[in-house]
Amino acid sequence: MDIVSAQQDNKVHPHKFILWVAIASIIMMFAGLTSAYIVKSGQANWQDVRLPNTFWYSTAVLLISSLTIQVAYRAIKQREMTQYRSLLIVTLVLGIAFVVLQGIGFSWLWAHGVHFDGAGAGQFLYILFGLHALHVVGGIIALIIIILKQYTGKTRSYNTVQAEVMSTYWHFVDFLWLYLLVFFVWIGK
Amino acid sequence: MSNDSTIHVHEGAVEHGVHHDGDGHHHHKQSFVSKYIFSQDHKTIAKQFLITGMAWAIVGAMFSIIFRLQIGYPDQTFPFLETFLGKWAKGGKIDPEFYYAAVTMHGTIMVFFVLTAGLSGTFANLLIPLQIGARDMASPFLNMLSYWFFFLASIIMVSSLFLSTGAHSGGWTTYPPLSALHEASSGSKRGVDFWLVSMAMFIVSQLMGGLNYVSTILNMRTKGMSMTRLPLTIWALFFTAVLGILSFPVLLSAAILLLFDRNLGTSFYLSDIYVAGQILPNEGGSPILYQHLFWFLGHPEVYIVILPTMGMVSEIMSINSRKPIFGYMAMVGSLFAICILALLVWAHHMFVSGMNPFLGGVFVLLTLLIAIPSAIKVFNWLTTIWRGNIRFTPAMLFCIGFVSIFISGGLTGIWMGNSTIDIHIHDTYFIIAHFHLVMGVAAFLGMFAGIYHWFPKMFGRYLNNTLGYIHFWVTLTGAYLIFWPMHYMGLAGVPRRYLDFSLWTSFNKFDSLNKMISIVTIIVFFVNLMFVFNFFYSIFKGRKVRTTNPWDATTLEWTTPINPGHGNWVGEIPEVHRWAYDYGKDGRDFIAQTEPVKPGETGH
Repeated sequence: MDIVSAQQDNKVHPHKFILWVAIASIIMMFAGLTSAYIVKSGQANWQDVRLPNTFWYSTAVLLISSLTIQVAYRAIKQREMTQYRSLLIVTLVLGIAFVVLQGIGFSWLWAHGVHFDGAGAGQFLYILFGLHALHVVGGIIALIIIILKQYTGKTRSYNTVQAEVMSTYWHFVDFLWLYLLVFFVWIGK
Repeated sequence: MSNDSTIHVHEGAVEHGVHHDGDGHHHHKQSFVSKYIFSQDHKTIAKQFLITGMAWAIVGAMFSIIFRLQIGYPDQTFPFLETFLGKWAKGGKIDPEFYYAAVTMHGTIMVFFVLTAGLSGTFANLLIPLQIGARDMASPFLNMLSYWFFFLASIIMVSSLFLSTGAHSGGWTTYPPLSALHEASSGSKRGVDFWLVSMAMFIVSQLMGGLNYVSTILNMRTKGMSMTRLPLTIWALFFTAVLGILSFPVLLSAAILLLFDRNLGTSFYLSDIYVAGQILPNEGGSPILYQHLFWFLGHPEVYIVILPTMGMVSEIMSINSRKPIFGYMAMVGSLFAICILALLVWAHHMFVSGMNPFLGGVFVLLTLLIAIPSAIKVFNWLTTIWRGNIRFTPAMLFCIGFVSIFISGGLTGIWMGNSTIDIHIHDTYFIIAHFHLVMGVAAFLGMFAGIYHWFPKMFGRYLNNTLGYIHFWVTLTGAYLIFWPMHYMGLAGVPRRYLDFSLWTSFNKFDSLNKMISIVTIIVFFVNLMFVFNFFYSIFKGRKVRTTNPWDATTLEWTTPINPGHGNWVGEIPEVHRWAYDYGKDGRDFIAQTEPVKPGETGH
């Protein structure tokens, strides 16, 4: 890995660039699914779905976590490592809270008769929100690895690239969530 | 391996942004596992992709032998088939279920596992760092994961062949409702789930690879290597990776929805179905939705298959004609145009799905537009070899064969791109002939060209030339003998996917033609096995490469040691001063990219 990072300066760091391309690719997957949604909403027996309030709480949680990771990134740039670590942990807790809230939202929907059978927005909701939650879980795993490295590593790393990649990804899943929410509120209603 | 040398920079000691080129290398022993198995060296990963791809190619070709035996000799029995296939060929007669599994697996394996992973995986990994002047990929770790996800996908796909209900048999396109309903056929039971999960792993592998290829090309070029100095191989691999990144995720969405439909009772693709004596509760789904999602990948996929070989053919043709490539910028421009158009023509696979004829007209227009960049490329290849000082190496012959096949197969694309003609020839042997020539055989020939040309870089030895010439002539002749007659069968209306035509008197006239095709298929299969023998024999016993630049080429991979270690260059990465195609310039045979432009010398 270090063979690579030692190679070139004054260009975008390759790992940051990889993330941007990966984001393009994730966007294509969700674009595929939401266009499928639009196509299918024109078919017979389409039923809308009413979103429970839980999803508004989870939106707030994710937005706040985006803020905390941004402040964390600013902290590592100023080499304030204690603040960086604690903000990473706050972000991690908020991320886990988001996934839990999504789970609660799912069970509310399931209890209120939104199942896999029949036709309608519900099936798409489980898949789109579920896939989004999986991407958040991916971010949570990355956060855990970064935090563990902060506490166990022998050498102190002031490398900001990792923090920048992490925060960019986190903002991306945040925006992706807002897109999905707007999609369901605006088109599903 | 006296030429081995490994660049090793001490981990942890490097602050980002500091140049450590060259001052940290020393001879360094790696364990067998980290060198050959879980390797992060792009060259080793390339070899892993190549050898896995070759294993898959043999499996895929064996399926074609099995179903060609059935098509050529529908009334005969082959007891040896029962020995190998057991209950799928009772009494030496192929079970219809197995026939469909065989054609499905042949398509899946050839398109995805051989011509996508085996081709892009091999040459993108091998050539990108070597030709742009980088020590390795942007993320060697992700690159290693890319191979192992491919390996995992392979394991799952291979295991599906051994299911008691048989492998997926609904065609490589996996259209619902056939693929979505367990009741629809024996091959639609667990086989499809294995297929979908395997493809999901495969897509993850392709995405990881593609991310790496794109960011490596854009970010890690050596000093002086501007985009317009890149060899065309790199441009082609770049557009291939972009197509993959944009289209494979859409196939992943299609696969996820299909998995839900199959196992969790959703109805994304299913509506109003009566199957096996019962009415299903699914409503409101649309099987056409799957076709849109599938072909949004499926069409770019054929360019993912053919673009890398176009790049390699351009490069190898220029080297072996001792002439610069004709129309470098036109080549790049046409690659770009193909890349854009590839994403806009998917519905030409669906002209008979009941789509609006006016919408069909738009797709006809966009489809026919692809003829323009394709024709530009063919013209440029021909003008590159025109009056060249041609060296007929096996690689060069395969390139010429590629252009020949690409023309023959490509021209029929204009026929079927017209929706009116397509309605007549849809799902006939005409389609089989078209895509096997233009993307199947052409991509294989380009891949062989690449293997013969870069084998010395991969293994420090040459492939045997005599076997190479035999391989080329039999394969080229065989490809024409197999696929050319299929055009006539298709125009006569012979449908694809049928296992026995003896009931149709009007198709009886093709009986002996079918026999001939089957015999040629078997011959070509064995000659390609001979190539596999040549490959493995030459790794260990082939003629040794004695010079770093055996083909007198200009590009950077030939400035590395004969057997480069991890890190590719001993010492500094060379700086690039000119484009990759200075052949026959100023009275010199070739001028390497690393040579500075002399005062008064004109650039290209």
